[in-house]
Order: sequence, then structure tokens, then C-alpha cells
Amino acid sequence: MRLLKLVPEDTNIDFLRWRKIASAASFILVVVSIALVAVKGLNLGVDFVGGQSVRVEFPQTMPKIDEIRDKVGDIGLGEATIQQFGSDKAVAIRTGLPEGDKAAADRAGKQLVDGIHKAFPTAHTGSVETVSGKVSGELIRTGALSLVLAMIGISIYIWIRFEWQFGVGALGRLFHEVALTFGLFAVTQLQFDLNSIAALLTIVGYSLNDTIVVYDRVRENLKKYRKMEIVPLLNLSINETLSRTVMTSVSVMLALGMLLLFGPDVIFGFTAAMLFGVFVGTYSSILMSTPVLVWLKVGPQSFVPRTSAATEGAERVTRKDDGAVV
Amino acid sequence: MLDFPRWKTIGISLILLFGIVFSIPSFLPEKTFDRLPSFAQVKVNLGLDLAGGSHLLLEADVGDLQKTQLANMEKTVRAAMRGERGADDDIAIGELSTAGDKISFLVRDQKQLDEARDRLFKETRGAAMTGQRDWQIDVIDTTRLVLTPTAAGQKQAVANAMDTARDIIDKRVNALGTREPTIIRQGDDRIVVQVPGLQDPQQLKDLIGKTARLEFRMVDTNADPNEAAAGRVPVGSEIVPYAEGAGAGQSFEVLRRQVMISGEQLLDAKQGYDGQSGQPVVNIRFDSGGSATFAKVTAQSVGKRFAMVLDGRVLSAPSINEPILGGSAQISGSFSVASANNLAISLRSGALPVKMTVVEERTVTPELGADSIRKGAIAGIIATVSVLVLMLIVYGRFGVYACIALFFNLFLIIAIMAGFNATLTLPGIAGFVLTIGAAVDANVLINERIREELKRGRRVFQAVELGYSEASRAIFDANVTNVIAAALMFWFGTGPIKGFAVVLTIGIATSVFTAVTVTRLFAARWLHAKRPTTITI
Repeated sequence: MRLLKLVPEDTNIDFLRWRKIASAASFILVVVSIALVAVKGLNLGVDFVGGQSVRVEFPQTMPKIDEIRDKVGDIGLGEATIQQFGSDKAVAIRTGLPEGDKAAADRAGKQLVDGIHKAFPTAHTGSVETVSGKVSGELIRTGALSLVLAMIGISIYIWIRFEWQFGVGALGRLFHEVALTFGLFAVTQLQFDLNSIAALLTIVGYSLNDTIVVYDRVRENLKKYRKMEIVPLLNLSINETLSRTVMTSVSVMLALGMLLLFGPDVIFGFTAAMLFGVFVGTYSSILMSTPVLVWLKVGPQSFVPRTSAATEGAERVTRKDDGAVV
Repeated sequence: MLDFPRWKTIGISLILLFGIVFSIPSFLPEKTFDRLPSFAQVKVNLGLDLAGGSHLLLEADVGDLQKTQLANMEKTVRAAMRGERGADDDIAIGELSTAGDKISFLVRDQKQLDEARDRLFKETRGAAMTGQRDWQIDVIDTTRLVLTPTAAGQKQAVANAMDTARDIIDKRVNALGTREPTIIRQGDDRIVVQVPGLQDPQQLKDLIGKTARLEFRMVDTNADPNEAAAGRVPVGSEIVPYAEGAGAGQSFEVLRRQVMISGEQLLDAKQGYDGQSGQPVVNIRFDSGGSATFAKVTAQSVGKRFAMVLDGRVLSAPSINEPILGGSAQISGSFSVASANNLAISLRSGALPVKMTVVEERTVTPELGADSIRKGAIAGIIATVSVLVLMLIVYGRFGVYACIALFFNLFLIIAIMAGFNATLTLPGIAGFVLTIGAAVDANVLINERIREELKRGRRVFQAVELGYSEASRAIFDANVTNVIAAALMFWFGTGPIKGFAVVLTIGIATSVFTAVTVTRLFAARWLHAKRPTTITI
């Protein structure tokens, strides 16, 4: 039986040749993402801004969004955000909470649900979420904290298991992935809530998975081919792990894609973010995670006992290293 | 690496058997499940987002609690200075006032200052383990005593109040007859209430949001209605507003501050109907002390009016036509059957020591939950199958091993989750899918490595052995980073994130086991049996 090979048996692609272009592209994308978040902002869910969100399903035909907006406005809870939700007969209606009122969260949910039932007698309210301003502030803080701590914790682990250059590379890559995913949320205006943070943390974990596989191979090759220049060595490592990278990415994207197509619409944003993250992650592991190692001058001395590292390192400085630019 | 001693094979088989056996109960219908022996009655709980239900986060009004404490201390001061009944040992005090969080008063006779101080000291208690007392007593200008609550004392008071509140809420929710509610304290001043399958969260909110502090107080007949309307009332009285829908044209009553009988003296409270109007009411009964007081006060005050006050609002203020001797009374108001029942439950379970407000509410209807779980399961199956097919066409025999390992992996995750009584949430389903990805990745790493080693010209046996040993390092490192991320999600995350982290952590552990150990066992047995000289991978 002949088995399918997603990647040809022997690849010898000079990925590192594109490292400047790829890095510049990534840098621009990161900047654009940050700018997008700053300009367009994120479509923050009630988890993070406080307020309430009700999922409403209409049995026959859905009224025009504007009509819904008008009627919800009449309830007196301020401007409503209305978002189509999965099927074409369901919307999520989001409103704020009266300010400075501690008991507001207590009452507002009922007010909104009752108001909707009055305006649209046939509508069916599925789920109600109400989060007070104080709680939402805490959720933002803990969410951001867990994200930052995860990035730092993982980088420290890599630094301990490998070398500091690898830790820096991993951190840079994580930042890249997280920034781009934030950019995605800004562009699509997908709702950013607690689940999105879970998605980001997963992307962080997945990216690291990839980075480590590549780095592990780099470390192995550094020990094996002690005379090889760093750039060809990195190319070799990427090519050797290429089929694995592609196979894993394809299968994970396949699984996530199915979840996106057939899964409950409540986790649509969550799954979409992960799918995007895996896609970016695949690009990163091929083109992004290794250039840093060239610039930070990783070499065979990185994985030999300290005493000889000093002298060997000194030799390397005088050698013409074609990666020592930028 | 490819040697499996008998004990190892048996051990691995036992673990896999455990996975299958203990995951089965989770799939059984409820009736069959209940018939299982108790050790096998383990199953994965469905989160509220899947089963439908309500999640409420309640926050205590700490400021309100401190106000109550201060008021109680003021009473204690008065009582302590009045001294024992009969004994002529009153200490004359003046200018008793509470400002901010301090109580201060003047001891008229300076010689009695030390005595006053000693009496108050007896009323303070040690707070927690700090050795501090809950109130600090200072003497100012040699004539004035100042009482300040200590930080440790306040903390202790909040902690005590929260424990009591938790118990009371527990009683109230259980009285509703809902199934398996979860009521836990969170942080210093919060309580989480989760009730699966609950259709109407409003009833729950009404029930647990009520402090249910019931008081019987006399109406101050000396108060001038016009003065009262302007906010001026006699000393020892205060204006208390009517509850919504009560009062018949009046918006407030002037009541004596002194509480005649309070809710603590209640023996029982039941929802019933008024004999004349047929309206829903709450019938209450006092304990012997309460009955005696009630009888005495009503005997003295025939023709006057008393008021029933609930949570600082007057429910009704009837006239006393004759002394009420039996120790039972009827609370009427504009009740529905449900709200009267709620009030009865609240009164029976006692007053909350502190006001609680809902700061977070999440409700999912059971239909939506069922819809989510159906779609989630379908998507999960499709995802698994498509990944399996891919593995099969890419790695052949070794892909089959990976697939079998994957199935065992799913069973193991469910079994372990059931063992820990963990909850499966919607993001948890996504965690499942991701675990499939991680498990596949481990096998991809191994199989790619075997391919490489074969390409380098190694013999089959050696190539497989090296494939496993060389890939293990990368698999280990990669999974540790994921565990780090999952652990952080668990510690800092709330609700859905936690659910996701649980599945991910368990999934990482089991997927490493099944993807590395189990597939290796299969591969080893096949290699030993067939001794192939070439393999397709």
C-alpha cells in the first residue's frame, strides 16, 4: 500500500533565505494588529465591559436588526448592540447596566427579558448573562494576568530546558501570535470574552508545542554537526521537521474546522480564533522561530559545558557570520 | 524501548480497562445509572452551559455589615453601662455618638471611667489568630471612651457572616427542591450559586437576594404627620418606607427604633391563605420567648398599631384589637402564592447576616444546552473521524495504532473526569478536540521519526525503537508547556476557562500515555510476532 505523503520525502528548502522578508512582514503585521486594536477596538463581551447579553431566537422570520434595535432602545437600558448569532433566526442583544447602581445587575436581566417578550411575543430567550462592572474589571485583570503569566512561565521553562536565546525566540513568537490574534478580533469584530482568553492561551500552548519540536531538532543537530554553519543547520532542522509540522497542523485544523462548521454557535468565536492561531503558528514555526537564533548567535557552543564555551564563543565572533545583520 | 515485561503489559491493559469501565456510566441513562453499584456511580457532570441552568455570583455588602455591627455595639454599650438588673451600678454616660466607624461617649463621673472601660473590654472578643481583639478601646481627654473596630475583627466578622450566609442560602435553595445545587464561597465576600436545570432564575434571585430580616416594631403615635413628612421625627423613632405595593396610599410609617420581636424568635413560617380575602399570606409562629413578649406588648398596647418590617420596609401596620396570645401571626401584603412561599422559605431559613447583591448572572435554558451538547458531540465525532482517516492514509499500520490509542485516550479522559467528579463545559468540548490534536501530534512526531531513521538505512526494529526514544524528548517538552498554560488557566481562570483547563490537563496526561506507551506496546507486539524486514510508514 502506498501511503500519502503530505510533504515530499526529501525537502531542502532554504527557508532562512526569506528570514528578513518574513520577519519584516511579521513585524508589519504585528504593528498593524496593534494599530487595529487601538483604532477599531475589540468587540468586548459582557464578561469584560459589564452589562448584559440575551440570546433571542425568533421562530419564524426575524425582524430587521434596526427594528430590534429600536424596540430594545425603548426598554430604557440605553443603546443596544445586536449581533447575528450562528443561525439566521437568532441574535445576541447586549445592553449596558445603569451606572453606579449596585443592585442594577440584580434587576436589569429581568427588565431586558421582559421587555423583549413584550416587544416580540413569539421570540424565545435562550440564555441571559449579566455581569456587573466590578466583576468585569476583575475578569479583565485575571484574564490578562493569566495570559501574560503563561507567556512568561513557558518562556522560562524553555530557557531552562534549552538556552536563553531559545527562550527569547519563543517569547517573541508568542507575542507575534497573540498580537495577530488580537488583530483578528479587531478586524472581524468577533466578540472578545472569557472564552477568547481561553482560545489565546491555547494558541500560546500550541505555538510552543511547535517551537519546541523545531528547537529540539536544532539542539540535536547542533550536537551532531558541530562544524556546520548556523544557517544551513537551521534550514536542515526546519526541513527535517517540516512534514511533522504540516501533518500536525493539517490534522488540528481539520478538527477545529469541523468544530467550526458543525459545532454549537456559542463557541464559534472561540474555535475561529484557535483555527487562525494554528494557521499563524504553522507559518511561525517554519519562518519565524529560527531567525532569532541566528541573530542571537546560537552555535555549537550553546550545548557544551561552560568552560569550553567561553573560548569557542570568542572564536566565533571573529568568524564571518552571515546572520549577524539587522 | 520495545521490551515490554509481562507486568508492564498487564499494567497498561489494566489502565485501559479502567478507562473503559469507568467511562461507561457517563453514557448510561439515569435509571440504569442509579442501579449501578455505588463504586461505579461516577459520571461526568455537565456544566450549566450544556445542561442548562443558572449561575449567580453574589457579593456581600460589607459596608452594610459594618453599619449593623456598629449599631449592635452601640446597643451593647448602652446595656453594659446600664449594668445588671437590680444592682445599683449604672454608669452615667452622655454624648453617645457614632461617627464614621467609631463609637464615642462621655463618662460623666471620671471615677467610673476605668469601670466603664473594663465592662466594655468584656464585650470585645479575640479576633482570629492574631491575638487582637475585635474592638479597640481608647480613652480620650480622660473623660471619653472611643471604640474602633480593628481590621482583624472586621475581617473575622465578614468571614463569619459569609459562612452563615452560605449556610442560609444553602437551606433556601434546597427548600426550592431543585437538584444538586452548588453553593460555595469565593474569595472574601462572594458566594457562587449554581443550580442546574433551573428554568426561572428570577425566582432563585428573589429567594436568595432577600435578607429576610423580619422585625415587629410599634408605630410611634406621638409623631406629627406634618413634621414627619418634612423628615423630623421624635427621638427614638425613625421613618420607615412601605414595601412596594403595600401601604394603601401611605408611603411611610414613623416607627419606634426599638424592636419588639425579631425573626430570630420565629419557630416556623408557612405559606397559607387569608381566611377572609383568600389572598396568599405567610403564617408565622414564635418560640416561647417570642410568644411571651408578643403577648405582653400587645396586651399593653390595645388600640395602638404595630408594624411588620421586612428588610427595612414596612409590609403592614395593623391595629391591635386584642392581645395576641397564641404566639402566631399572619403576614399579609400583596403576595402571590410564589412570593409568599419564597418569603416563608426565607423566614424559615433565617435572616442573612449581610445584604447580598447579584453581581454576575448566567442563565442557559435547557433546550439551548441540549442543542449545544448535540452539536458539540456531532462536531466532535466528525472531527475525530476525519483526523483518524487522515492518520490512516498517511501512516498506514502505525496510523491504525494511533487511532486505537486515540479511542482509549477519549475513554480515559472521561473516566478520570468522572472519577474527579469534574464538570464538562462547552469549551471543554473544544478542549477534547484539541487533545485529539495533541495526541495526534505525539504520534506524528514518532512516526515521522521512524520514517527518518528508516531513510537513514536503519533496520526496522532499530528504527522503531529510535523513533520512540528520540521523539519522546520533544513530546515531553511540548506537553509540559501545555500543562503550564493549562495550570495557569485553572488558577486564574473562572467558569468556562476552568472547565477548559481541566479537560486540557487531563487530556495532556492521558494522551502522552496512550500516544507513546500504548502505541509502542502495539508496535512492539507486532514486531516481535512478525519480525518484518520492511515496513510501510
